[in-house]
Order: sequence, then C-alpha cells, then structure tokens
Amino acid sequence: MGSVSWNLLRAYTIFVYLFMFTPIAVVVLLAFNSSQFGAFPMEGFSFRWFVALWENDAIVRAFQVSLLLGTLTALISTTLGVLASLALIRYDFPGKQSLTTLLIAPILVPEVVLAVALLLFLGWLELHKSFTMLLLGHVIFTLPFVLLVVQARLVGIKREYEEAAQSLGANPFQTFFQITLPLLLPAVVAGFLFAFTISFDDITGTLFWKPGGIETVPTQIFAMLRHSISPEINALGTVMIIMTVALPLLGVAIARRLASSSST
Amino acid sequence: MATQAERESIRPWLLLSPALISVTLLLVIPVIFIVVYSFWLRTAVGSEQVGFYMDNWVEVLTDPFYRDILFSTLRIAAITTIVCALMGYVPAYFIARSQTRYKALLLILLILPFWISYIIRTMSWINILGVSGALNSVLLGIGVIDSPLQMLYNEPSVILGLVHFLLPFMILNVYVSVEGIDENLTDAARSLGATAWQSFREVTLPLSLPGLAAGGLLCFVLSAGTYITPLVLGGPQDKMFANLVFDAIITQLNWPLGSAMSLVLLIVLGALVTVYNRFVGIGQLAKSFK
Repeated sequence: MGSVSWNLLRAYTIFVYLFMFTPIAVVVLLAFNSSQFGAFPMEGFSFRWFVALWENDAIVRAFQVSLLLGTLTALISTTLGVLASLALIRYDFPGKQSLTTLLIAPILVPEVVLAVALLLFLGWLELHKSFTMLLLGHVIFTLPFVLLVVQARLVGIKREYEEAAQSLGANPFQTFFQITLPLLLPAVVAGFLFAFTISFDDITGTLFWKPGGIETVPTQIFAMLRHSISPEINALGTVMIIMTVALPLLGVAIARRLASSSST
Repeated sequence: MATQAERESIRPWLLLSPALISVTLLLVIPVIFIVVYSFWLRTAVGSEQVGFYMDNWVEVLTDPFYRDILFSTLRIAAITTIVCALMGYVPAYFIARSQTRYKALLLILLILPFWISYIIRTMSWINILGVSGALNSVLLGIGVIDSPLQMLYNEPSVILGLVHFLLPFMILNVYVSVEGIDENLTDAARSLGATAWQSFREVTLPLSLPGLAAGGLLCFVLSAGTYITPLVLGGPQDKMFANLVFDAIITQLNWPLGSAMSLVLLIVLGALVTVYNRFVGIGQLAKSFK
C-alpha cells in the first residue's frame, strides 16, 4: 500500500486515540486545578482537591467499601474460576460444552437483567439489600472473566508436566500446588486483578443491590454528579484511575519478576 | 472405598460444583423466578398478588410509552454500533498491519480504557462539553461564539458517551481478527494484479467480518442495556429502556412490572445473541481474551 494511504490511516488512528484519551487526560488535569469551580481556565497547580477527598468521610468510607468488596469478590471468583477451569480443560465428561456456556452466561445476560433477577429472587427469599448481596452479585458477573483468562492459559500448559509429577508419585493436590498452580500463576494473578477491577468499577449492578447508606466509589461519584461536576469528582476520578491502572501494571511487573526468578 | 476410576470420574464434578452451584443459584433460578414473577400483580396496597395475570406483559407490550422508548433504545444502540465500527476499523487494521514500532504501545493503550471506570469515562465528557468545559472555553477564547453553547444532555451526547465507552471493545475484536489473517493471502491477491484497495475489499475485509460482528454484538448489547450513560449525559427526555426498568424496580417498587420489562430486554438482546451464535459462533468473542 502506498505511503500516502498509510499516512492517512496513521492520522485516523491518532485521531481515534486522541478521542479515547483526551477526556480522561482532562479529568486528571482538572484534578490539579487550584480554581474554585473545577473548570477551565486552569488557574494553578494544587493538591487541594486531593486533600479535600481525604477529609471527606463519605468518600473515605466509599473507598473502604470498594476495596473490601473488590478483594472479597476477586478471592471468591478466582477460586471458583480456577477450580472450574481445571475441570473444563483437564477432564472429559458429557455435557462439557453446555456447561462452559452456562458458566459464561453471566456476561451474555445484560447486567441490568442479572441485577433485577438477583435482587428480586433474594428479596423474595426475604434476603434484603446488603453487603452480602453486593458480594454475591459481583462474584457472579466477574466469574466468566476469570474463567476465560484462566482457561486460555491452562490450555497452553502441557499436561505432560502434571503426568510426570503423578508418575513420580505426587497425589493430585501435590500436583496442583507444586506444578499446575505455579505455571498458572500469571493467569491467576491476571484473573484476580481483572475481577477486582471489574468489581471496583461496577455501577450498573451495584446501584440495584446496594443498601441505603452504603456507597462504593462509583456510586459515590454518581451521587456527587447529581449536583454538578466538581474538582473533587475529578480528583476522585484521578485516584481511581491510578488505582485501577497502576495497580494492575504493578501486578504484571511482579508476575514477570516471579516468572523470571522461578525460571532461572 | 471408591475405585481409582470412580474417583477419577467424580473429580471434574467436584471441581466444577462451586462455580455451577453459584451460577445456578444466583443466575439461572433468579431468571426463572422473574419469569414467574412477571405474571404476578402488584396490588394498590403495594403487596403482590400471586397468580397468572397477563397485565404486566400487556402494559409493557402495548403501552406506546414503553414501545417508543424500546425503539429509541434500539435506534441509539444501532447508531452507536455503526459509529464504533466506522471509528474502530481503521485503527484496528492499522495496529495489525502497519510496521509501526509503536505497535506494543498502541495495544497497551487499547487495553487501558478497560481498566478505567465506566462512570469516570462517562462523566469525563462533562469536562469537555459542559457550559464551562474545555470545548466552550476554546470556542469562546478564539471568538467563534459569544456565549457558551449547551452541548450536553441530549441524544447525541448520550451516543457520544456510549461510543467512547464501547470503542475499545470494537477495536480489540477487529484487531484480533485482522491479526489472524494470513498476510500471504493479500500478497497473493496483489501478485495476481489486484490493487491494494481490491485486495483489502476482496480478501481482508471479508475475512475480518467475524471480528467486526463480535465487536458489533458487544457494542449493541452493552449500549442497549445501559441506564447510567443517559442518566449522566442525557436529559430527562433521553431515557433508555433500562432506565424504565430501574425506575420500576427501585423508584416505584413495582417488581412484577419491572420483571416483565427486564425480560423484554433479555428476549430482544438474547434473540440477537442467538442469531449471532448461529452465524458466527460465541467462540469469536473469547478470542480477545487470549
């Protein structure tokens, strides 16, 4: 293809990337704006809105709820996901294909429908909106993502390693913890972070399930938006971006480090 | 004491049971439950009357209010999907086929939005399009306008927010599919005398259609099921169907009616997924995870 057309494609690509990232960059930029109203023009550089976040009890509480919820969600759905992936990749049994589809179903059902169904069913069982309901809801819609990530990796791990361990006398638990799990670790970490981030960022289901008085960071932002956009919201957004982008990158770096130190 | 073979055959079920029990109790039974629930009635005093009444379904399916919003939701989802395809195909193709040394960077940047909260990406447009936002201050600054324009809280700003949210899904799916096409095929077409454009149109484009379809399905289903974007970037007249579900369940506490409405959404979008699965296959969607 001619260099002129490649240049056009390049310009188009740059335009699309600018479209994707300019609004996010503006959020971060305005978070450091010292002006009272959190809008343009920028008046000066300041951390005052981050300090304001720290002093706002509602926001600190929302952070605690989101962190706890995200961590528990990721722990549970990673455990369920790894166990199920082992069964689906390492064993043959009747109905495997339909079971795989069933376990992926939570991402095929629109989240609103999932939210309504869970809320009304548990409500009918006299289980009212609570932190537990939030946790159950988050586990169910993060599970498919963990499954997809872990399965994709497990397919690539040769069965011979496990068979060798077993022929040398290891029982299934020893084989799992000493052979499979270390090889699978990058996918387990990725699945865990994936589940944590999805839970940490969720608002669609959370607004249905959360009891009055409990806010997560996204629902807190949503509630604050009802008044108007403020520099505090931009600062909160910036903290969330740092948490959900920097933490996974850190995780990837640690996983690489672990992988390289275990292979040498 | 079970024999070795018996233990071997029961093991996958032991491994699967926690996940299967969770999905059954928290998704399958609840969905069946709201099917039953949608035939119950909410009485004037606020309690539910158990039975088999068609009233909720008749209301949802015949009331022009619900029908109009259902159609406008599908229209918004369709426009969003088309815009995502038009904006997303070229970058996906460029990343997959160009010799740029920034390829890895472009791919990482493409994954980045998935890690950034949906509510933040949505509200970020208020900073851009709001009365005191970036665009208005630029336009005021260069003297194009005398007073700020109101660019938010209408249908185009809702679509803009949805496109911004869903574009990475589209680019990623098309990228995976273009990347998987053997470049020898286009080389062969070229050596047989096809122009660059012809070899794209006759070889690359048809072979990348599964990725385009996967991205399109995600864009359509996710935008048709949203209620947050219209609440943040739309005005009172821009409600989508999921907003009506939210209002019925959370505001009016009319759970049977809300059940019927969410089932309408499930049936419409489920039909789409079924058609897609028939022609393309769900497996295509999983490819972007590898």
